[in-house]
Amino acid sequence: MKASHYLGAVAAALLAATAPAAPYIPASGQQVIETLPRRGDPVQQELRRLRSQLNAAPADIVLATTLARRYIELARNETDPRYLGYAQAALAPWWSQPAPPAEVRLLRATLLQSTHHFDAALSDLEAVLAAQPNNAQAWLTRATVQTVRGDYSGATASCARLSNLSNELVTITCIANVGAVTGRALRSEQLLELTLQRSSNAPEDMRTWALTLLAEMAARRGEAALAEARFRQALALAPRDSYLLGAYADFLLDQRRAADVASMLQDQTRIDALLLRRALALQQMPGREQALAGDVAELAARFQAALLRGDTVHQREQARFELYLRHDARAALELARRNWAVQKEPADARIYLEAAAQARDIAAARPVLDWQANAQKAGT
Amino acid sequence: MMNRLILRALLACTLLCGAALPAHAHKPSDSYLSLTVGDAGKDSHQIEGQWDIALRDLDFAIGLDQDGDGRLTWDEIRARHGAIAAYARERLTLSVKAGDCSITPGEQLIDNHTDGAYTVLRFHAACPGGTDALTIHYRLFADIDPQHKGLLRISHGGQSSTAIFDPQHARQTLSLSAPDRFGQFRDYVRNGVWHIWIGYDHILFLLSLLLPAVMLGARGAPSESLKASFLDVLKVVTAFTLAHSLTLTLASLSLVSLPSRWVESAIAASVVLAALNNVWPLFRGKRPVAAFAFGLIHGFGFASVLIDLGLPQGALALSLFGFNLGVEIGQLCIVALFLPLAYALRGTWLYRQLLTGGSMVIALVAMVWLVERSLDLKLTEITAVL
Repeated sequence: MKASHYLGAVAAALLAATAPAAPYIPASGQQVIETLPRRGDPVQQELRRLRSQLNAAPADIVLATTLARRYIELARNETDPRYLGYAQAALAPWWSQPAPPAEVRLLRATLLQSTHHFDAALSDLEAVLAAQPNNAQAWLTRATVQTVRGDYSGATASCARLSNLSNELVTITCIANVGAVTGRALRSEQLLELTLQRSSNAPEDMRTWALTLLAEMAARRGEAALAEARFRQALALAPRDSYLLGAYADFLLDQRRAADVASMLQDQTRIDALLLRRALALQQMPGREQALAGDVAELAARFQAALLRGDTVHQREQARFELYLRHDARAALELARRNWAVQKEPADARIYLEAAAQARDIAAARPVLDWQANAQKAGT
Repeated sequence: MMNRLILRALLACTLLCGAALPAHAHKPSDSYLSLTVGDAGKDSHQIEGQWDIALRDLDFAIGLDQDGDGRLTWDEIRARHGAIAAYARERLTLSVKAGDCSITPGEQLIDNHTDGAYTVLRFHAACPGGTDALTIHYRLFADIDPQHKGLLRISHGGQSSTAIFDPQHARQTLSLSAPDRFGQFRDYVRNGVWHIWIGYDHILFLLSLLLPAVMLGARGAPSESLKASFLDVLKVVTAFTLAHSLTLTLASLSLVSLPSRWVESAIAASVVLAALNNVWPLFRGKRPVAAFAFGLIHGFGFASVLIDLGLPQGALALSLFGFNLGVEIGQLCIVALFLPLAYALRGTWLYRQLLTGGSMVIALVAMVWLVERSLDLKLTEITAVL
């Protein structure tokens, strides 16, 4: 009660500091007010062409799923959720149907899981797989959602289905992703490394995923040099992958290499998760208090904006923000607890335990500790 | 050597000092709609509206960037003001029982939100007939981005409320009836009563100060008359009330504020002192003065509860008064139970034990609170044992 009062006061003060100034009329007509995607950009051109074709024939399922897939890709590449909304718009004729055609349903599941509607996503995936048991993408998406939710035996079963349907690297990365959290980390890492060496002609995004996972596994074992090398290899393949940048930044922060984080994320501040890492880096660097205050105020405004629209997608990041940048362990613990109810990846466990430790509330950490003990048992 | 050092320092500075301010966020699309409903006239409701819509979304919907260079200038936006107003107007309907409100778009300005620049579309709406509910049908961008949300803030008669619109909740009806002032007042009174009853620290402080009130005879012997004890209680309670009302008001109006850890620790310390006073007299005949001095601190404690509850704009004074009244009622109930009981027992061995032994226990418990609160520790297990 007292803590939340204090938090409220700080939030109000920060909001007052970052609240947009009053609406204004620009002084000059030539003043640039906003930067938009250029019309000449080939990706944008292609999307516009597809969109106008779809406008003429909105019930064309091939066109609709193609456009939706392109927008989902763009949303991932740019880490920009607005494109997910455009993808959903392309699927509008089928979106509210209880049982849309499988190709639409798979995309619907992808969009649902990106807004953390995991249960709805899983039920769509079940339906797709009932109709198309050989749909590799559906098994892979299902395994990913199951891992995030902490259903490790379900995830392992889904990965196993991939072995006949997809290449070896996909299957092994899928399995290693589960093994990493169920007490088989070292064996999974060795197997994945071997498989990656044998899969030099696998698609780049697959290799990036495998390398990122390998780097995180090495980092968790304390093999800093190996982790560093793998992160760099992955970055060479996908320099703008926001998940990879975030994972590498976390590794560097743990290594107290704040300056490297700040320069790496210089141009990545549109993405909340990466702005958070830059702020954490600035906090480790002497003499950067002013820049830090700017980032903290900006993050507060962004979390406030998400709160207004009822989004809970960034609770993990927000918990880190409260714990390490606002130093409010109680608020952080509450966010981490709510986040844990939705997703159970290592990063979710870590922030929960750290918040509980800082709040000196050992009882609060119980669910995570019990969970981890069970997961380790399940893995052996 | 020196030059190289300077060069390196300069290089480090361009890398570090020049860190750009954070760019605009990537976030899902929202618009911010605020409506201020005027008082009902004889035959119409007047509404002032402001609608902040992202330029990026408008460009996607109707095209603003005329030369397609990705740099949207004020001239390009201005040229499309008519189209923007028409597009927006077609996608928002305000209506009351007697029919739709007529919307007249006004000027457009620019404002920045976390994800970039927005056009700020001001408008006026006139709604037919007096009514107590406004229906809002929101359809902006529903066809091109179903994840878009309209975030509404509506103010009416000093009250404000919010609502979120999306394609599944495109039509919502909001009440415009005058807020239930009496119900609101009653809620604050109830909260005040409840807070003092569950606030053990406040109760223990008050009881510690009141315990000696029935022992006013020579050298701490039982009082001769109920009147003398009653007057003493009255003085202590009045002093405490005056003091905490004062700081409660100042703090809840944000005129004065103290760190909550400091306030909570000071409250615990006040309980320790008030209890110890019954074993080793510290305040002597000045208990009302002590009640006043420490009451100032307890007021800050009450205020933190009230601030958490929030004070409605427009009914600020009434709610503050209601909460305060609740605290006093709760306190009087405690005193009304205490005084007759204590007076009846004042000559007994039990009461003497309570005065010294009981006070020691209170002091000990409060000591634990003091340690917990000042060092931010959790010793609740110990408190439970005690």
